[in-house]
Amino acid sequence: MKKLNEMKMQIESRSVNESFARATVAAFAAQLDPTIEELSDIRTAVSEAVTNCIVHAYRESVGKIYIHTELFDNGAVRVKIRDRGCGIDDIKKAMEPLYTTLGNERAGLGFAVMESFTDKVRVRSKVGKGTTVTLIKTISGKNGG
Amino acid sequence: MPVKIIRDSKRTTAELSGEIDHHNCAALREAIDAELTRSSPSILCLDFSSVSFMDSSGVGLVMGRYKSVGAYGGKIELYGMPGSIEKVMRLSGIEKIARIVK
Repeated sequence: MKKLNEMKMQIESRSVNESFARATVAAFAAQLDPTIEELSDIRTAVSEAVTNCIVHAYRESVGKIYIHTELFDNGAVRVKIRDRGCGIDDIKKAMEPLYTTLGNERAGLGFAVMESFTDKVRVRSKVGKGTTVTLIKTISGKNGG
Repeated sequence: MPVKIIRDSKRTTAELSGEIDHHNCAALREAIDAELTRSSPSILCLDFSSVSFMDSSGVGLVMGRYKSVGAYGGKIELYGMPGSIEKVMRLSGIEKIARIVK
């Protein structure tokens, strides 16, 4: 699997940047000629990961979010979303559907959506150091491969 | 204005538009809650036909309104969801608490 292209961006953890981040990653991934549905899946998964950085990793503070997007010749898109925030103590628990630490207005579905809308989700985290979420989705494209 | 409220004798409809994410959920929540306080509709219909994007923040929005409306015995309907939005909603089993209208 050969890398075709890559893009790195760095944004502040302000909620107004959520739409910018998902739109930018999707626009970059569009080079692989994805279907509208595939592009929408990428947008949604990235939105969840970036929102987690804002509402969990940095909470009341503002920090940097690093997004690295790579495109491969087999149609795979790999997006790494990294923060230097508080980290996740229990990743397994955090990934349980409907589990949330934020009360009524958050559904606790962030990781469930990422898992359902991509092919693979990998989470690495260290308390006090930060979290990296890697999303991988293979684009079959408009021609079905 | 991200939400337009339409009242008739049976239900109150909130026509949502644009993108629903964590950033703009607060404004939607405030607008809908203001209407719930004003009129306590027996059916609150959330119309998604003009929504171009939604992540799980939208599910939180529905679950939160379900609690408010349910507190006085009202019901929630979800109308006009595009496929991508319905996919997110159904992950939460939302159909157990709200009627999905095509």
